[in-house]
Amino acid sequence: MNWSAIAAIYRFEMARFFRTLAQSFLSPVLSTSLYFVVFGTAIGSRIQEVEGVSYGAFIVPGLIMLSVVMLAITNASFGIYFPKFLGTIYELLSAPVNFIEIVIGYVGAAATKSLFVGLVILVTANFFVDIRIEHPLAMAAFLVLTCLSFSLLGFIIGIWASNFEQISLVPQLVVTPLIFLGGTFYSISMLPPLWQTITLFNPVVYLISGFRWSFYGLADVPITFSLLAILAFTGICLGIIGWIFKTGWRIRS
Amino acid sequence: MTTILSIKDLRKSYADGFEALKGVSLDIEEGEILALLGPNGAGKTTLISTVCGITTPTSGSVTAGGHDIQTEFRAARKMIGLVPQEIALEPFETVWNTVRFSRGLFGYGSDNARIEEILRKLSLWDKRKNSIKELSGGMKRRVLIAKALAHEPRILFLDEPTAGVDVELRKDMWEIVAELKQAGVTIILTTHYIEEAEAIADRVGVIDKGELLLVQDKDTLMAQMGKKQIEVMLTDPITDIPDSLSAHNLTLNGNGRALVYTYDTNADRTGITTLLNDVAQAGLVLSDVQTRQSSLEEIFVNLVSGEAV
Repeated sequence: MNWSAIAAIYRFEMARFFRTLAQSFLSPVLSTSLYFVVFGTAIGSRIQEVEGVSYGAFIVPGLIMLSVVMLAITNASFGIYFPKFLGTIYELLSAPVNFIEIVIGYVGAAATKSLFVGLVILVTANFFVDIRIEHPLAMAAFLVLTCLSFSLLGFIIGIWASNFEQISLVPQLVVTPLIFLGGTFYSISMLPPLWQTITLFNPVVYLISGFRWSFYGLADVPITFSLLAILAFTGICLGIIGWIFKTGWRIRS
Repeated sequence: MTTILSIKDLRKSYADGFEALKGVSLDIEEGEILALLGPNGAGKTTLISTVCGITTPTSGSVTAGGHDIQTEFRAARKMIGLVPQEIALEPFETVWNTVRFSRGLFGYGSDNARIEEILRKLSLWDKRKNSIKELSGGMKRRVLIAKALAHEPRILFLDEPTAGVDVELRKDMWEIVAELKQAGVTIILTTHYIEEAEAIADRVGVIDKGELLLVQDKDTLMAQMGKKQIEVMLTDPITDIPDSLSAHNLTLNGNGRALVYTYDTNADRTGITTLLNDVAQAGLVLSDVQTRQSSLEEIFVNLVSGEAV
């Protein structure tokens, strides 16, 4: 393993994050605060509690997932797309690094950034509502796995994309609706029976449900299903990346 | 001399059937400067990209320092540095971090003294804290060289290093290349500028339509292929070449004031003495005599147009 290369890629990517630290830090704080003001206050005044948890506290795991998933995809896709766009990818391709090292560097950095933002949101939310974390290890595992798996997805998008529009296509047209319809702001049990069944086809439901369980012990679907879903998703992403690197698809002519 | 880079029957075909490299074989000696000349689309960049690992070859093999570029890619690539044709740099990063990144990528720890040495050599030391976007085009090209040198390669590829740069910077580049050669680095450069090859190369390779037409020592090439011309300036202009001189295949230049005679430097007899005698016999008065050797450019044009091979 070329650990120096992994460290170099990781450090180079993190430098991008630290250059805009205020933005990286303030943006999630502001958006979380807005969610609490708009959703927490407006809707929270009508829905006092969901299954024994105050509405404000109920939406915290979903809010963290919303930001973390979007940021992981955006960071990882930009991370690898930018060298393609600038032409600096020549250096990666001509360096003594293999694709596993490239993925660890880029995906590791994107996952770290989104993990950092997830923690910032958690701390911010703590100022608005009382949060309890019943299963801290499970919470950490879900958070880290989500950061990693969606960074892998972002990496795939970055390799696939041939322009900047395509980079925002998947997060905006696919992921955002799935997250909003995946129980971020409500419990699945609040939906009519037909919609409850349809919702179960949304993979994000399993993610948010599992993550919320680690906070309050509340889950829409069994926790093992959630764990299997996130592991399967990570496996699929790794499989696709493996194929990309084996064939050199969209990277090496 | 030891062969540091060995290319054997290298071929590259694309999905649309285009053959960018049609079986290129080439051995490069350690410490030499080889200039690859060729028109646009000749396959120069494809050859470099394939050796450096950016493009996968269709068939053939390449070894760098005895290491196969595919099966022992780590050892092979560590020996090679690449300065690409296009300026491709992360605009928001500083010069220092950009160069340090390259060193890390090639498996070396951050060695501040070494990076400082490279930056100083390339007159980038004062700019080390500047972000790339603040630099001029010439400075950016220097950063590309600094990045390529960050891992102390023994073989350096320069893909059209002076394309679009001003004369002063071009001369600077030649000096840098000369210094690198002094330090024992083997250099392969592609260029459109024949004068560049003429000025700095030890050997010249001519590539066209994916084939290597020839590789030869620059001086030998010029001596072998070069034709020399002698220009006899006349005091009084003439309108026609006198019949007594017709055997010499002369051309009339300079409004009838110059007779141009082309001869082969390698021939046993150049025919100059006879020519000058015949000119005197014809009653022409000489005001001056000049000789001119055909440049690499003329040789190149002849080769590519298929006239001289």
